[in-house]
Amino acid sequence: MVNGLTLGSVYAIVALGYTMVYGIIQLINFAHGEVVMIGAMVAYTVIVTLVGANTGLPPVAIVLLGLLAAIPVCMGVGYTLERVAYRPLRRAPRLAPLITAIGLSIILQHLALIIWSRNPLPYPQIIHTVSYHITATPDGATITNVQVAIIAGSLAMMGGLLLLVYRTKLGIAMRATAQNQEVAGLMGIDINRVISLTFVIGAALGAVAGVMVGSYYGIAHYQMGFILGLKAFSAAVLGGIGNLAGAMLGGLLLGIIEALGAGYVGDLTNLCNLSGWFDALAQRCASDPNLTLFGSNYQDVFAFLVLIAVLIFRPSGLLGERVSDRA
Amino acid sequence: MHSLFDVRRNPKLAWAGIVLVGAALLALPFVIASAGTFWVRITNQAILYCFLALGLNIVVGFAGLLDLGYIAFYAVGAYVYALLASPHFNLHLPFWIILPMGAAVACMFGVLLGAPTLKLRGDYLAIVTLGFGEIIRIFLNNLSQPVNITNGPQGLYLIDPFRIGTFNFAQQETILGLDFTGPVKYYYFFLAALIAVMVINMRLQDSRIGRAWEAIREDEVAARAMGINTRNIKLLAFAMGASFGGIAGGMFSAIQGFISPESFILVESVMVLAMVVLGGMGNIWGVVLGAVLLSFVPELLREWVGPVQTALFGRPLIEPEVIRMLLFGLALVLMMLFRPAGILPSALRKRELEVVKT
Repeated sequence: MVNGLTLGSVYAIVALGYTMVYGIIQLINFAHGEVVMIGAMVAYTVIVTLVGANTGLPPVAIVLLGLLAAIPVCMGVGYTLERVAYRPLRRAPRLAPLITAIGLSIILQHLALIIWSRNPLPYPQIIHTVSYHITATPDGATITNVQVAIIAGSLAMMGGLLLLVYRTKLGIAMRATAQNQEVAGLMGIDINRVISLTFVIGAALGAVAGVMVGSYYGIAHYQMGFILGLKAFSAAVLGGIGNLAGAMLGGLLLGIIEALGAGYVGDLTNLCNLSGWFDALAQRCASDPNLTLFGSNYQDVFAFLVLIAVLIFRPSGLLGERVSDRA
Repeated sequence: MHSLFDVRRNPKLAWAGIVLVGAALLALPFVIASAGTFWVRITNQAILYCFLALGLNIVVGFAGLLDLGYIAFYAVGAYVYALLASPHFNLHLPFWIILPMGAAVACMFGVLLGAPTLKLRGDYLAIVTLGFGEIIRIFLNNLSQPVNITNGPQGLYLIDPFRIGTFNFAQQETILGLDFTGPVKYYYFFLAALIAVMVINMRLQDSRIGRAWEAIREDEVAARAMGINTRNIKLLAFAMGASFGGIAGGMFSAIQGFISPESFILVESVMVLAMVVLGGMGNIWGVVLGAVLLSFVPELLREWVGPVQTALFGRPLIEPEVIRMLLFGLALVLMMLFRPAGILPSALRKRELEVVKT
C-alpha cells in the first residue's frame, strides 16, 4: 500500500505533464516519458560526479543539486520538443504531431544510449534508508524516509502547480488558451509563449519525477521512460485527461492498483488453492506450493488493462467533463 | 509508376515494362547471392516487411486508424506457426494448413482489439493499441508457467521450414545447373505471395469496402450518414490488417527457425509504421517502397558505418544499430515536417494534407 502510494505519486507527477499539454493543445506529448528519463540520467551524472569528488556535502544536498541540474536540462528538452515536433504542426492532421513525437522519442532514447551507455546505471544510494513502522505491530507496514520524501515532494509540487494554474496571471493565460486559442490571442495573450511554458513546466515536473524514480528504484536506464510514460498516460486518462486533479487522483489510484495487484493476484490465481479438488494438482503442489497462473511479472499489464477498461466504460475519465467526439 | 503498368491505355509499353520488371525480380536473388547469401536473407526480410507494411497500411492508410501495436499480430502468426510445427508440442503440421490458421487467429485478435476500441479515435486509439501490443508480448514472455505454452523468453526453436512432400525449402538444390539455396527458394515463394497480396490490396482499395474505409477516414460521421456500417467496416479493417500480419508472422517463423518475444517489441511496430509513413500512407507502391528502403538502408549502414568511423576516428565510436535508430527517428520527424504525405503520396492524401497545411 505504501509502495503503491509512492509509485502513485510519481505517476501522478508524470501524468500532470501529459495532462497539462493535453489540456492546452489537445495533443498527447508522446515523448514526455523520455523527458523523465533524461531527468533521471542528468541527475545521475551530477550525483555520481559529486560523490566521486568527495566534496563532503551532505547526501541530501547532493541529490538536490542533481535535481537542480536536471530541471533546466529537461526544460530545454521540453522546449525543443514543442518547437520541433508540435509548433510547426499545430494545424496539421492529428496523426502528424504524434508521429514526430514518436520520432523524437526514439532520437532522445538513443542519444541517451550514446551518452550514458546501454547498461542500467546503478543510482548511488547515498541517502541512508531508514524504515519507520506505521502500525504498532513489529511486522506491520513500514515506510522509508525516501518514500516519505517522494510522497511529500509530490504533494508539494501538485499544490504548487494548482496555485500556479488557478492563482497567477500565467495560469489564467493557460486556461484561456486551453479554452479557445484564437480568442485568447485576441485578448493579448502570447499563445506561443504560453504553450511553450506549458511544455517547459511539464518537463520540469518530469525531471523531478525522473530523480524520484531513479532514487526509489536505485536504477536508471535509457528505456525507462517508455513504460513509465505509458503508465503515467494511463493514469492521466484514468483521472480524466486535461484535468489536473484528475491526473493526481489517477496517478495515485494506478499506483495503488498496481502494487496491490502485483501483490495479490499471484495469491488469488494460485492453483494450489484448488488442490483439494484435483488429486493431480495436490501432488504438484506438494513439491512446489507456488503454482500461480498470473504472477507479479504481469505487473505491467495492469496499467494497460485499467486504461482499456476506462476508455471503454468512461472515456472521459473519473473526473473528466464530457468531451464529445474530441478523442 | 502507374502509367508504366497501364495495360489499358498503353498495352505495348505496359507489357514490356511488366516483363522487364518480372525478369529483373526473377534474376534478383542470383545477382544478390553473388554478394553473399546474407543479402538474400535481407531481401526476404524486406519482403516480409512489405507484407507487414501493406497490412498496416489497410488500418492506418486506408481506414485512418493509427495502430501502434501492429507487431502483436505478427507475433500471433509467428507463434501459431511455431507451436504447430516444432518439437515443442511435437506437432508438425504442413505449412499450407498452419499459415491460414495463423492468419485466422491473428484476425481473431484483430477483432478482439478492434471491438472495444471502435469508439476511440486518434491518439487514444494509438495508446490503446500500443498497450495491446505490449500485453501480447508480456503474455508471450510469461506463459511458460504453470503450463509451458510459449517457452517464455527462451523462445521456440527448431521450427519446421516450409515443406511440400520431399521438396524442402531449407535445403540446397541444383536445378538446371543453377544453385538454389534455401533463402533463394523462400525468395520466390515470398515474392509470389507478395504480388498476390499487392493485387488483393489494389483491388480492395478500389472496391466498395475500400471506398468505405476512405470515407471513414475522411469523416466518420458523414460516412455513417451515407449509410456505411462504420462498426463492421472498421472491424473489417482491423481484421484484414491483422490477418496479413499473421501470415507474415508464420513465414517469419518458418524462415528463421527460431522465435522469441524479443522479436516483437514496440520498436518493430514503430518501424513498420515508419515504413508506411515514409513511403506514403494509403499508396500501395509507396508503402512497398518505404518497406524496401527501410529494410535495406539500415543493413547498408551496418556495412558502412563501422569502417567509416574507423577511418575517421580510428575506432568505431557509435554502434551502427544506434545510428540506425537515430536515423529512423530523424526520418520520421523530417518526413512529417517537410513531406507529410510520404515519398510517393497517394493522390488524395496529398491533396488533403496540402489544404490543411496553410
